Amino acid sequence: MEYFETLIVILQSTVRVSVPLILAALAGLYSERAGIFDIGLEGKMLAAAFAGGAAAAVTGSAFIGLCGAILVSVCLALVHGFASITQRGNQIVSGVAINFIALGATVILGQAWFRQGGRTPQLSGDARFTTVELPFAAELAEIPILGPIYSDLLSGHFLLTYLAFMLIPFTWWVLYRTRFGLRLRAVGENPGAVDTAGISVTWMRYRAVICCGILCGIAGAYLSMAMTAGFVKGMTAGKGFIALAALIFAKWKPVNVMFACLLFGFLDAMSIRMQGNELPIIGVVPVQFMQALPYLLTVILLAGFIGKAIPPRAGGVPYVKER
Amino acid sequence: MSVPYAKLPAWVDYGLIPLINLIVAFLVAGLVVLAVGESPLRAASLLIEGAFGYGEGIGFTLYYATNFIFTGLAVAVAFHCGLFNIGGEGQAYVAGLGVALPCLWLDQFAPWYIVFPAAILGSAMVGGFWAMIPGWLQAKRGSHVVITTIMFNFIASSLMVYVLVDVLKPAGSMAPQTRAFTDAGQLPRLDWLLASVGLDIGGAPFNLSFLLALVAAFVVWVVIWRTKLGYEIRTMGHSPTAAAYAGIRQSRIIIITMMMSGALAGMMALNPIMGDQHRMQLDFVSGAGFVGIAVALMGRSHPVGIVPAAILFGMLYQGGAEISFEMPQISRDMITIIQGLVILFAGALENMFRPAITAFFATLGGAGSDKPLPAAE
Repeated sequence: MEYFETLIVILQSTVRVSVPLILAALAGLYSERAGIFDIGLEGKMLAAAFAGGAAAAVTGSAFIGLCGAILVSVCLALVHGFASITQRGNQIVSGVAINFIALGATVILGQAWFRQGGRTPQLSGDARFTTVELPFAAELAEIPILGPIYSDLLSGHFLLTYLAFMLIPFTWWVLYRTRFGLRLRAVGENPGAVDTAGISVTWMRYRAVICCGILCGIAGAYLSMAMTAGFVKGMTAGKGFIALAALIFAKWKPVNVMFACLLFGFLDAMSIRMQGNELPIIGVVPVQFMQALPYLLTVILLAGFIGKAIPPRAGGVPYVKER
Repeated sequence: MSVPYAKLPAWVDYGLIPLINLIVAFLVAGLVVLAVGESPLRAASLLIEGAFGYGEGIGFTLYYATNFIFTGLAVAVAFHCGLFNIGGEGQAYVAGLGVALPCLWLDQFAPWYIVFPAAILGSAMVGGFWAMIPGWLQAKRGSHVVITTIMFNFIASSLMVYVLVDVLKPAGSMAPQTRAFTDAGQLPRLDWLLASVGLDIGGAPFNLSFLLALVAAFVVWVVIWRTKLGYEIRTMGHSPTAAAYAGIRQSRIIIITMMMSGALAGMMALNPIMGDQHRMQLDFVSGAGFVGIAVALMGRSHPVGIVPAAILFGMLYQGGAEISFEMPQISRDMITIIQGLVILFAGALENMFRPAITAFFATLGGAGSDKPLPAAE
């Protein structure tokens, strides 16, 4: 029974840390499926976390904070879009640039506006997202096994958490069951064909990039307004890159994205939990090894040793209309 | 892929357009300074004063520039082969082992001029090895080098934390760093070099690795533009299909290029470890690997461009530290913004002003500029 309780606690924190990964990885999915590589997920998420924290602190409203986060993230996404779609620049270079601009700007502006060493003020009350109790969570908690699963694991998360998990089937539906999704995938595989069909490749790709911006914005808002109460300098701490790794690990498929993010989130939760503790059979595993595991797994997958990750065929290539 | 841009005279292509991009990047950075309520002009003058106004400032500027020459060259060499090595940070970090281990072992009984070559070799080999794995994976397994090098940065960071905390930290010490090297593990400072022009570098850790960086820049120029290997690398970069048709063994070139790139990034570790801190500390690379991307883009991947670009970023690092004394709003993080803007305007948006400039030269007509071709063919 004690093991079971520990497991519930670990799974609960797995869900908590997986949410920003899921949102960011889905953001990357929209962009990369349309042929725009995006290694700027980290930067967009960071800028959104800052904008959300700042807007919520000033206005005292979590909703306005969320809107601010999305707005800033979409703006950065449009810069990336402008560079890689309109100017046909190198998408990797543009993504790197956005990461640095966000990393520096959040600290400089945060210090200038709030004078707390790059933090935003602590959020409280309405300025922060609160957790939601599912109906009958308290009453059902006493039931063995199922009770804790329902009231501790499934209930008591933020609205954004439920939103993130609902976005997975939604993304699947958009991608595979709508006209928009078909065109989005086509523009990432064979933009020439989409162009021949009389659909604007440029506009399709811009829409994909905007979707990416919105989702990164929500991910950032979750970090600074739900998971913690306020923005802290460099708070994404590589989550954007883990999300990118998860996206590749999931072979650019929505449902796989969820499992990959939960796996990487689980490793993260375990590494916090395991600090100094001994694992049965294996013995003490260095925390650093657990932290490096998502990256190692992704490299091994990319190398084709467990399945093969094939990126969208037109990914990273700017589309030049033939005349 | 068709090239949608008309041909411009060389001085416009390699001089004017990069300069305009750079100016735009700095103008936008000026707007940020304005947004936090300080004067951009005063910031600029403080920056230049802090970086070049006195001997110690120049010493620090050149010390930082040394790091950026190495990492800039590393990124540039990979660019020539059409590869984007974002892993300079991780390669330099792991290469710290290649510097620290020879120092810890040899500084007991050998003089510095024995330790130094061993450390050069060690850093180049370890850095090269760390870049060889992504190179091999790209060449043989087709996994994208950008993604693998990003992953290897994180793996390197975890690995080095483990090594420093659990292996190399002397018993009884709290700080995650190696023991301090004896005199034999310390590089001679180049105070005489600046003293020859009447400057006193004071406490600046400007050291011998600067000259090594200049030698590396020259060697890179020779290898890339004057050898068969360099020709093959550039051919690969321009057109992999042409390279394959010419019988160039692609996977061999990819792996060799990545190893060269990693070796250059790795040698950067010499400067902070042997030249300044005289021990290996956590995070001694502190972003220099990423600055290399901006330096390589700004220097157009040519050593002649990279050295001044590295000195410019050295100036930003040193001058930026000075500004924060006078203007507390503007910290080192301002450099990160400038770095991002330079990468954006000199890299991703490098062709933004080209149509306008092409049109301008077309109206001038004739003199030096070829007739502009139709927009796309």
